[in-house]
Amino acid sequence: MAMAAPDVAPSGEPMMPVAHRVVERIDESPDTVTLVLAPVDSNADEHLPAPGQFNMLWSFAVGEVPISVSGIAADHRVAHTIRSVGPVTGALTRSEPGDVIGVRGPFGTGWDIGAGMGRDLLIVGGGIGLAPLRPVLHSVLAARGDFGRVAVLVGARSPDALLFTSELEAARSHDIQVEVVVDQAPRGWTGDVGLVTALIPRARVDPETTAVMVCGPEVMMRRISVELLDRCFDADRLTVSVERNMQCAVGTCGHCQLGPLFVCRDGPVVPWPRVSSLLEVRER
Amino acid sequence: MVIGLDGLAALVATLRAEGRTVIGPTVRDGAIVPGEIESVDALPVGWTDEQEAGSYRLVRRGDDARFGYAVGPQSWRRYMTPVRERLWRATRNGASFEVQVEPRDEKRYAFFGVRPCELAALGVQDRVHAGETRGDPAYERRRRDTIVIAVDCGDPAATCFCTSMGTGPKSGPGVDVVLTEIIGDGEHRFLAVAHSDRGQSLITALPHRAAVERDEAAAARVPERAVARMQRSIDTTDLPGLLRRTLEASRWDDVASRCLACANCTLVCPTCFCTDTEEVTDLTGDHSERWRRWDSCFTLDFSYLHGGSVRTSTRSRYRQWLTHKLGTWWDQFDVSGCVGCGRCIAWCPVGIDLTEEIAALRATDAALPGDAR
Amino acid sequence: MKSIADLLAEQSVFAGIAPEMLALIAGCGVNTHFAPGRHLLREGDAADKFYVLRSGRVAVETYAPPRGGLVVETLGAGDLVGWSWLFPPYRSHFDVVALEEVSAVALDGACLRGKCDEDPAFGYELTRRIAQVVIERLQATRMRLLDVYGDGRP
Repeated sequence: MAMAAPDVAPSGEPMMPVAHRVVERIDESPDTVTLVLAPVDSNADEHLPAPGQFNMLWSFAVGEVPISVSGIAADHRVAHTIRSVGPVTGALTRSEPGDVIGVRGPFGTGWDIGAGMGRDLLIVGGGIGLAPLRPVLHSVLAARGDFGRVAVLVGARSPDALLFTSELEAARSHDIQVEVVVDQAPRGWTGDVGLVTALIPRARVDPETTAVMVCGPEVMMRRISVELLDRCFDADRLTVSVERNMQCAVGTCGHCQLGPLFVCRDGPVVPWPRVSSLLEVRER
Repeated sequence: MVIGLDGLAALVATLRAEGRTVIGPTVRDGAIVPGEIESVDALPVGWTDEQEAGSYRLVRRGDDARFGYAVGPQSWRRYMTPVRERLWRATRNGASFEVQVEPRDEKRYAFFGVRPCELAALGVQDRVHAGETRGDPAYERRRRDTIVIAVDCGDPAATCFCTSMGTGPKSGPGVDVVLTEIIGDGEHRFLAVAHSDRGQSLITALPHRAAVERDEAAAARVPERAVARMQRSIDTTDLPGLLRRTLEASRWDDVASRCLACANCTLVCPTCFCTDTEEVTDLTGDHSERWRRWDSCFTLDFSYLHGGSVRTSTRSRYRQWLTHKLGTWWDQFDVSGCVGCGRCIAWCPVGIDLTEEIAALRATDAALPGDAR
Repeated sequence: MKSIADLLAEQSVFAGIAPEMLALIAGCGVNTHFAPGRHLLREGDAADKFYVLRSGRVAVETYAPPRGGLVVETLGAGDLVGWSWLFPPYRSHFDVVALEEVSAVALDGACLRGKCDEDPAFGYELTRRIAQVVIERLQATRMRLLDVYGDGRP
């Protein structure tokens, strides 16, 4: 299995947060916000994260959470798409441009974009899981000719929970197939309603050689992976992004362990063959 | 070489004169635990420990051995990775903040009286915290700078099984001086062997005499005695594979019905390393501190992930602990997480014995049809 | 110009079916078209017909005042629409509405039920294939019921 693109090491002292300013805030959905952060000290030696990696975002005096990067600009403006699910993410999603947030990172393994070059690429994102995949889409758009056929399958709870809709729409005009489905929809929705697995047969890619990247709720990733393998996609070309409780992010606090894997170091992006049996363990 | 009780006293005095904090075994609260000692008078003279599953008692020996016991509830781990440690402080500064790193503890330690199993445990902690891809510079500095004086074991407790784990009763690597206590032939003496340059300079400066054949023979009998007295054992054949295959065994339900998830085992274990990262603030909200403290995979919120914990049942938490300690630890650190010190057996309030649990899982595994393995 | 049998043979629900059975089914089928907004099936009606979609999308929905029409699922080319014709009480449980221009093969369920009774082997084969569709839809529905994109609270 080819190794992922070089995973970027954390900038500076891995346990020390560095002050970053919110330079842009985008309300993606009722509970999800994208914050674009830039270091307060523009001379700081900042490592640009690789797609798939995450930063630990710290809200002063509230706490710290791991957030995948959802956009990477060369001028060190890094986007993080955050869903409000608790006190820390709540505080972060209430941040406004000008606010200062502490950042530690980047950490973890990234998506192996090289694996998609010269062949077809299938991206499947469910709910907030689309956010860690967004930088992959950006990389594809920046070098469309390097990839074969590209399909993006998106699932969400409802139409107002869909993320990055205008970007996805624009991607269609770059010869990228985009299919969207929601679990439930109110009157007036003219798109599809159903499970994201139903989109797989529609993807115009060659199953046996396509590189696949999947991110979403764990149960969704399991179902999608089973569906993909049933349809002759290659398990060795399938990677998923897993999630566990992360605190130190450097593989010493022990919280993020998934079997033998430290998700903060051996993940969050993991090859399917390495993680499939671990995800089947029922922690009942 | 051989030193007597005067040499032993001189050893502690020398270490203290170097400005070191000497940590050695002492009797406290009815147990033998490592603590700061100022002289050999603080050692557990004439004490031994009687241990069984869920039981620990100090009992008087018939002699005045200084190291005539096995292991107590605490290990040297707390001196390498503190129970509570402030990592940094931060203060609001306008819209932004300033972070001040916590100055490191400048104490220089000497560990005096480390058992071979505990030495092996320090080696395991080294793999967790030091090493290529982990690199905790503070840990590495402390470890390099700590002088380690081990004492080979002759009086294992009933809960010990170091022989099965290959960690004793003789000391392994990573030590400065190894002592073996010999009481007999009208002498109370210690065979002292240096395993490092600084260990060598330490002991040559002590009042000593050359070791002769009867010293070496007596010293060799000490670990032999320990091996002969070892009561517990564990079959370590392919433990990672066994634990992977038996993840759904009913034995886990059995142990879960006994386990209280009290976390004692993780607190006494010398190789456990899990920590919690805490945010501590004051009422003004202008000051925040990041603390790191010992944590246990037995706590309910250890595996918390927005909305709930991944492992809510005692069954899943006990299984996580044992499969990690004896199984996935190998994948992570290329060594077993267990050193056979038996503390978890003695200090479990309900006497859960992991040697028994493994034996039961092996029986389950053996009963599986061949192709189900 | 393709025959009904040819059109049906292309659909995954009938993949690999014996030609004589396919002929039986095709014998009960006609080509149909629906303009957007037209109903293919109505909740409560006798379920005499079912469809295999050739192109265009439909919404399976129920009317729930005051929320209006709630879409349970959208189906498209290649999908089977309607199974209530095969199982008592032979009544449609949902509305099925064309979302755009739809062309489909409409099949006479009542007629096919009769043929199933006459020829058990045919009946078994048809029932098995319809059941497969029902199972796949049920599995997907169960997944959506879990509301995995929600905040995880029960």
